[in-house]
Amino acid sequence: MKEQITLAIDTLCYHCGDSLPAVPFSSDDKQFCCAGCKSVYLILSSHNLTSYYAYNDIPGASQKKAAEHFDYLDEPAIAAELVDYMDDQTTVITLFIPAVHCSSCIWLLENLYKVNPDISNSRIDFPKKQVSITFKNQLISLRKVVELLASVGYEPQISLQDVVKKQQSDHSERNLISKIAVAGFCFGNVMLLSFPDYFGLSSFEHSFQSFFGWVNLAFAIPVLLYSGRDYFISAWTNLRNGVLNLDFPLALGIAVMFIRSAAEIISHTGAGFIDTLCSLVFFLLIGKWMQQRTYHYLSFERDYRSYFPVAVTRLTKGNTQPVPLDELKTGDRILIRSNEIIPADAILLKGEAKLDFSFVTGESLPVAKVPGEIIYAGGRQLNGAIELEVIKPVSQSYLTKLWNNETFAGQKDPIKTFSDKASKYFSIVLLLIALSAGLFWVNTDLNRAIASFTAVLIIACPCALALSSPFTLTAVLSIFDKNKFYLKNTAVIEEMARINTIVFDKTGTITNPTAKGFEFTGGLSIEEQQLINDLARNSGHPMSRELVKSLNLAPLYPVDNFMEKVGRGISGTVNGHSIKMGSAAYLGLTAQDKGSVVHILIDDRYCGYFRSEQRWRTGFKQTAIKLGQDQDLHLLSGDQDHDRELLTPFFPRMQQLHFRQSPQNKLDYILGLQQKGNTKIMMLGDGLNDAGALKQSNIGIAVTDDINNFSPGCDAILDGAAFEKIPQFIRQAKDAVKVIHMSFAISLTYNAVGLFFAVQGILSPLIAAILMPLSTVTIILFTSLAARLYAHKNNLL
Amino acid sequence: MNIIYMLIGFSILLALVFLLAFFWASRSGQNDDLYTPGIRILFDDDAPPADEKKSDEDHPHP
Repeated sequence: MKEQITLAIDTLCYHCGDSLPAVPFSSDDKQFCCAGCKSVYLILSSHNLTSYYAYNDIPGASQKKAAEHFDYLDEPAIAAELVDYMDDQTTVITLFIPAVHCSSCIWLLENLYKVNPDISNSRIDFPKKQVSITFKNQLISLRKVVELLASVGYEPQISLQDVVKKQQSDHSERNLISKIAVAGFCFGNVMLLSFPDYFGLSSFEHSFQSFFGWVNLAFAIPVLLYSGRDYFISAWTNLRNGVLNLDFPLALGIAVMFIRSAAEIISHTGAGFIDTLCSLVFFLLIGKWMQQRTYHYLSFERDYRSYFPVAVTRLTKGNTQPVPLDELKTGDRILIRSNEIIPADAILLKGEAKLDFSFVTGESLPVAKVPGEIIYAGGRQLNGAIELEVIKPVSQSYLTKLWNNETFAGQKDPIKTFSDKASKYFSIVLLLIALSAGLFWVNTDLNRAIASFTAVLIIACPCALALSSPFTLTAVLSIFDKNKFYLKNTAVIEEMARINTIVFDKTGTITNPTAKGFEFTGGLSIEEQQLINDLARNSGHPMSRELVKSLNLAPLYPVDNFMEKVGRGISGTVNGHSIKMGSAAYLGLTAQDKGSVVHILIDDRYCGYFRSEQRWRTGFKQTAIKLGQDQDLHLLSGDQDHDRELLTPFFPRMQQLHFRQSPQNKLDYILGLQQKGNTKIMMLGDGLNDAGALKQSNIGIAVTDDINNFSPGCDAILDGAAFEKIPQFIRQAKDAVKVIHMSFAISLTYNAVGLFFAVQGILSPLIAAILMPLSTVTIILFTSLAARLYAHKNNLL
Repeated sequence: MNIIYMLIGFSILLALVFLLAFFWASRSGQNDDLYTPGIRILFDDDAPPADEKKSDEDHPHP
């Protein structure tokens, strides 16, 4: 018996790889950590789908979390919003499934028809973690399809917000790819036709010259009008707003190149710069494409709508009916089941509410409410089902008002990038050089004046300059990505290099929400631990459950006279001993509780107390000390201040530790810091209570332990495991800016060489055709290599 | 050497065909997911023996 248990502890759950509890669930000599994992295995094995476990070891995701209720999917109005296509035979729906992560997932989800033949087809888009399912809607309902997915361990995340986003983003990328394709096609053909000219034509081939020229000109037109169109539009709109950005010299260069080439070809005076034009547009678009690549499966724009459920159960005269959230009106009665989220401010009518508000307020302990009390939206019900009466519609609730705050009515200032600033001066200097070169020659030789003026604009066209930022930043982006730090876009890196103030949230951000430890003060024998374990097993209170988990003992004795005083303590008789455990007040002790404490009384003898300690994230202490050297550190916690003493050593200035902060307090605090001037704030938070502050700060980083879970709107998502790398990330961001500066210097050198020929009016198409791609390739190589080199130095690769 | 006019014309036509083929592929979504098909091709497509009764007629037909 004993040996079996040690063996079981050594092995892991066959389905999800979690460590096994004292008494594992087992089936077919396989061990499982929970009933959920086991039931997934049973479904798969009964349908002969056990190859799922053959493609990868432990391919499953943990099934400990109870599945949601999907009865709202039976409402035609809600279903219609979600499906891609529907007729009277078949329905096609695309669902986002966060759990998708390996080839076994692909295999299983594409073999769904074997579990239920009414599903005719299912296809995975792995990078987007989406599955597109076609099913016969006469035979199986949408709800059944989704429940089937949940039953095999792939519960889709259904949110009306993400669906819209998905449909928008697809189009712009395909358009850009088409533009690149056209530019590349023309570029290749033009190079082919230009080569004879580079090598010199013998006299009998001269008849081809004008033919090649005309064909080249024909190729240039789609490049100019289709592929390069955005540069003209952008330059024009920026010019009208009085902004000189890099698109202006680019558009000018492209236009001048085309006009001069057309003139030369039509007048038979030269071959023109069509090849340079095409290569320029082609490389520029590639840079743009690199910069636009985003994480398809991460959403940085989430608000309360994706945290809240899609629908809620409304009670009307004893009937229950799921309704979409925006149809919820004041006075409606709603039913909230265990583990569901309260979507609107409401009065509790029936049932015993025990709400976990940790995501909203940062307070880690659940709050109990009795009928008649007001419950604010955002809490998660932990006990059984409750009935509520809505007093405010969803959009007017206390929590959601944060998003409708007027601070966010206007767009956040776009991040000023280095290339934006530099291009202003670049454009002015470029125009001055071009004009003075033209004026210098205008009296002696008009043709040469025009030649040098246009040549300056062509050769100084800042292609390499325009590419240095995108290539450096995308290289850094992918380095960050490997370290589990996901940025919304490349501009965030430049902003990160300017950070001088860091604001932390406490619960879930610098503490690890899953690792809760119990520290026992006093003395307990093994037998006494067993007694406590058996008693605590009977309670549903989170503290009891945590305690049982940390004791990790199998149940042994039955419990008699079990009594639970909600939120205070439990008592009972186990193996002849009377045991009481709970708060000091419950046990009649005089001690003051600091934090979450469970005192133990066995046969009226005081044994000591368990203290629940939230553990800091790995490396938090060193990280805070390192960050404190260069940045000003602040803490904004929604929690009580029992951790103040523990945190004081890491925050050099005591007065910058703030506790009991409401979401509005946090937002105001950030605003106050920003108004002092010269502060660039990086805020790290995790919950809805930080959402306002995250949005307001210069960079809002959402810290999460599972990137697929909900995270509030932010600029970057940081996996909790990478928390200790924050100082390295900041250093890497600063180094990235250095690399951009260096590559600007390199491309300016190339421009200077080109200008040397251009101002004299002797720029030949050949020199232009060599310089342009050469400078581009140099920049691409330099930036990606330098970014990696710095990443090695910063221990990020 | 006048044959060059014709040859260049043909070569451009051929290249245009490829460009149009690329557009078609892109529009029909073939480039949207470049990762999954590479995994999919590695799966054994023989169904496990006990499940023969619904092997062919229920195969996905796009």
